[in-house]
Amino acid sequence: MKAADFAYEKPDNLNAALELLAREDCDMQVLAGGQSLMPMMNFRLAQPELLVDLNGVSELSFIEEQPETITIGAMTRYANLAASDVIKEHVPLFQMALPHIAHSAVRNRGTIGGSTALADPAAEMPALLLALEATITVVSVGGAREIPANDFFLGLYETALQDGEIIKSIAIKKAKPQNRFGFYELARRHGDYAMAGVAIASTSIDPVCDLRIALFSVSDKAHRLPHAELAFEGENLDDTEARDAAFQELDDFDFRGDLNADGDTKRHLARVVLTRALETMMP
Amino acid sequence: MSQSCDISLRVNGETVRERVPVRLNLVDFLRNSLGLTGSHVGCEHGVCGACTMEVDGTMVRGCLMLAVQADGSDITTIEGFGEHQRAVDLQAAFKRNNALQCGFCTPGMMASALEYIEAGGVADRSAIREHLSGNYCRCTGYQSIVDAVVEVIGERAAK
Repeated sequence: MKAADFAYEKPDNLNAALELLAREDCDMQVLAGGQSLMPMMNFRLAQPELLVDLNGVSELSFIEEQPETITIGAMTRYANLAASDVIKEHVPLFQMALPHIAHSAVRNRGTIGGSTALADPAAEMPALLLALEATITVVSVGGAREIPANDFFLGLYETALQDGEIIKSIAIKKAKPQNRFGFYELARRHGDYAMAGVAIASTSIDPVCDLRIALFSVSDKAHRLPHAELAFEGENLDDTEARDAAFQELDDFDFRGDLNADGDTKRHLARVVLTRALETMMP
Repeated sequence: MSQSCDISLRVNGETVRERVPVRLNLVDFLRNSLGLTGSHVGCEHGVCGACTMEVDGTMVRGCLMLAVQADGSDITTIEGFGEHQRAVDLQAAFKRNNALQCGFCTPGMMASALEYIEAGGVADRSAIREHLSGNYCRCTGYQSIVDAVVEVIGERAAK
């Protein structure tokens, strides 16, 4: 199908974009890479009256290295992340996950901010940001505020973004030598949405310290597994009691089926991806 | 009343100026307004890859970009790849290997294959399959397409 009619604005700087977003007289959508919004519009699941295209706002596209953190502009495309030496060196979890995020032509357009703002439960980016405990900076005409990833993803396509706000940038702590990361997803075709996936980060693993496990494509949104994380604290990654505690948490977890798999299958696949991701992290 | 915008862009080396409705997507603009029917329209949600084309040096889905977003861009479609000698060897290899039957996926498949080859991709079958995973072919089973890409990588390396 084709998109329903809409009005179109393409501001060339952030302030002009925020002025447009402050309008309250129409139903609007922000267009980032368009790799999810355009299909939704073509299917008429989304029918905004006004489309505000951020592709002219070049100040939102950057990868910046600071002493402790890497800050990534919202309009930075997946292909830019994949090609960045800074990301390769300091955000190894992104490096592991990027080849699984859609297909090459989609990565050439899709943006980190777009995926984060959409909060698709099957997308990798929300889980990556949860595992990395990233900080999301959002802006509006009223100013900026910082939101920890843990407080940003609220539900199915639901985030802490308020009317008139967009994501400006995402800050991630640089990986230290003792940090360990894991990523695993199962998809029907390489690059398709996962049937289940997991992103893991750990301050260290010998013994485990500050493990963060984020599941995606199994429920209404990406979810951390707090009981499992706690069970592994101070243990080794192959500790069977901790693994049983993790599986117990999966048994109690509210899995939701989709077109690919029902909730029970998702539960099984979550065990598989968690086990395999932890295996890849073992020394 | 639909909003329209004037756009100016380069398509396969030629400058084009048109007035387009803002809701018109790029592949429909190329096919219906410019008559460049080489890029195909399959799923219209970015899954099948039949509309893959080059915009400003990167391969993108023509169904997931608006024509108005291509204002100022430089676009190459399958028509341009053929005319401008960039894919002559790839086209020959596709033909030689029977890497197409109905041909519906071929323009997008060639765009993705060219992206892989021109980026210096190696003749590793699983890496090629992974790169082409965003393009559906319902005829060949992909085997012959991968054969063609492997051949071209070998030919270009030998030059």
